[in-house]
Amino acid sequence: MGTGATRMADRQEAMADKDMARGVVLQPQDTETMEQAIRRRFEAEELDRRERMTINFGPQHPSTHGVLRVLLTVEGETIIDAQPDIGYLHRNWEKIVEGWTYPMVIPFSDRNDYLAAIANEQVITGAIEKLLELEIPERAQLLRVLVFELQRIASHLIWFGTFGMDSGAVTPFLLAFRDREMCYTLFEKLTGARLLYNYLRIGGLRNDVPPGWLDELKEFLDHLEHESLPEFINLLIKNEIFIHRVKGVGYISPEDAVAWGASGPVLRGSGVKWDLRKVDPYLPYDRFEFDIPVETGGDAHARCLVRIREMQESIKIIRQVLDQLEDGPVMAKLPRAIRPPKGEVYHRVESPRGETGVYLISDGSTKPYRIHWRAPSLIHLQMLPKLAKNHLLADLVIIIGSIDIVLGEVDR
Amino acid sequence: MWESLPPIAQQLIITVIKVTILLGFVGVNFLFLVWMERKISARMQSRVGPYSVGKHGSLQLLADGVKMLSKEDVRPATADRWIWTLAPLVTFFPAVMLYTTIPISPNWTVGSDLNIGLVYLAAISSFTLVGIFMAGWGSNNKYSLLGSMRAAAQLLAYEIPLVVSVLGVVMMAGSLNLRDIVDAQQNAWYLFPQILGFIVFFIAGLAELNRAPFDMAEAEQELVAGYFTEYSGIRWGLFLWAEYTNMFTISALATLLFLGGWHGPPFLPPVVWFMIKSYCLVFVMMWIRWTLPRVRIDQLMDLGWKFLLPVSLLNMLITGIFVVMR
Repeated sequence: MGTGATRMADRQEAMADKDMARGVVLQPQDTETMEQAIRRRFEAEELDRRERMTINFGPQHPSTHGVLRVLLTVEGETIIDAQPDIGYLHRNWEKIVEGWTYPMVIPFSDRNDYLAAIANEQVITGAIEKLLELEIPERAQLLRVLVFELQRIASHLIWFGTFGMDSGAVTPFLLAFRDREMCYTLFEKLTGARLLYNYLRIGGLRNDVPPGWLDELKEFLDHLEHESLPEFINLLIKNEIFIHRVKGVGYISPEDAVAWGASGPVLRGSGVKWDLRKVDPYLPYDRFEFDIPVETGGDAHARCLVRIREMQESIKIIRQVLDQLEDGPVMAKLPRAIRPPKGEVYHRVESPRGETGVYLISDGSTKPYRIHWRAPSLIHLQMLPKLAKNHLLADLVIIIGSIDIVLGEVDR
Repeated sequence: MWESLPPIAQQLIITVIKVTILLGFVGVNFLFLVWMERKISARMQSRVGPYSVGKHGSLQLLADGVKMLSKEDVRPATADRWIWTLAPLVTFFPAVMLYTTIPISPNWTVGSDLNIGLVYLAAISSFTLVGIFMAGWGSNNKYSLLGSMRAAAQLLAYEIPLVVSVLGVVMMAGSLNLRDIVDAQQNAWYLFPQILGFIVFFIAGLAELNRAPFDMAEAEQELVAGYFTEYSGIRWGLFLWAEYTNMFTISALATLLFLGGWHGPPFLPPVVWFMIKSYCLVFVMMWIRWTLPRVRIDQLMDLGWKFLLPVSLLNMLITGIFVVMR
């Protein structure tokens, strides 16, 4: 017993020196793999690692939300280090679209954050419209707000379900997916697709809403607001075990959140009131009344509450859009070939996951010269080593769920 | 014919018949419980559940059984061969052995009516852990190992409150024999005087069964499938079988100890009352599983050592005082 305690103390002392290096993403050198990098650091630290174990968490693990691979160094169940290893879903998006014309870029941009395809389309069309200095029709703008907020609801419903699943509750998952199905059925009636819509066009929308669609939407909103959300809150969010599981897990201080470039619910969960819909309105968001949900907890619980309240705010926004909607065209007059003038543009929107942005350079031709995608998931994922450190294995799942990453966007 | 047989042969034939009935019940009960769980979870999640094989999917489990039996028997190359092979059996047999001493009606026990039945049950039920640990260790897989370590820690934390919570009942009935305990509840269930004991017994029972919200050992979202990650086909089926069998055992035990066993209004035979009560408790277990998230391992330990154990000791103390005063 005594020797064990001494050894533990020695080790902690030895670790304290190396502690500064932890909590950041490890950079493999040259052609080295992630495992080799971790082994190299193990050896560099010369610590007693008999009780240490490296666990390969993913890419096929059931709760990594896609194909994320995390290399965990654990002692018992305590995580000493967690290194995310990404790239399993890399599609070379940014390079491929350099060879494509602007309208061709939009459907492929859907695949980035595949749970919020409208947000991606909004980013890329918004950037091109900014370059073209194009004014899009009133009705198209309002409908864009509408589908965008509906998309936010759909995305947050998936988050709710999977987050419940991560905490071990299976029923909320299926209930959330039931409502998400309704949401996707609405999208299907509007756009013809359930997940990747290709609905937004440069200068407007592909089509107007079909007859009767707005009434169905109202029904769905009523169902969500009065039946499903209260049910979700009672079933999971107010559950004592759930609160115990998520409270204090994955704490991010407001300073850290800003320093790491966090955005969206992750940033607002840390108490920073920053929402691009208010700060940098890209659609007529200034016409609607809605709150920015902010929680000061900074932990998984705070981020969870922010997302739940965001769904309620989105319902509020959609209802206001429905009130303001007037007849009119949904597509601006455009030349056959789109040739934005030479220049650079950065356009960003508040996607369900945070600040999704695109940096676009145009050389005046019909194809983009260079596109860079700012993916909030990638930026949040970089905090994982810091967040997961000294937590238990079970908390890692909660942390990954609470920052709500989409691997399609991380890898692009 | 029957009289002409020597007594030992008569005994043997009776035993064989009893064992056949026991195994038949274990099998049918398993099929029914899995079907019930799937149907209940489906109801709770606005789904339909199994529907196409048999009426309302009642034969689904037979189809699954055929599927499990006909699957390729995959053994990981790095597994410890004998430990890995024996683990499902070591988990499964205690589950069946537990059934032998449970009296299901006033004059029917499958095996023998032990006068220390409760001690036997407590002892054999901890055996399951050996199998789980063998599976975790023998698989040579890190997730399995973590799962079985969790199971071991969990069992230690919950076996003690479980046994202590039962002591209150034993004190009131003055016997370790399950039949005597049930007979002592002829007029009033022990549920009400022993409400603390029942709560502790039920929670600890859930933890002992590795059922949600205490399914730490197989936590899918954390450990893939915990200790049976490397098992497939009928070997995996045996683990599942053991789990459901134990689930019924704990429910039956709770029925015998706290819910008056087979006592009930006389319009139904005693064995039916016993079954109704047991299956109601099984239903509650399923209900809990499909409602609650999973607790974390350290919270689970806290609950076991810091809450359930003191409460069960308190219950024992209070019962002791009342028994002495009586």
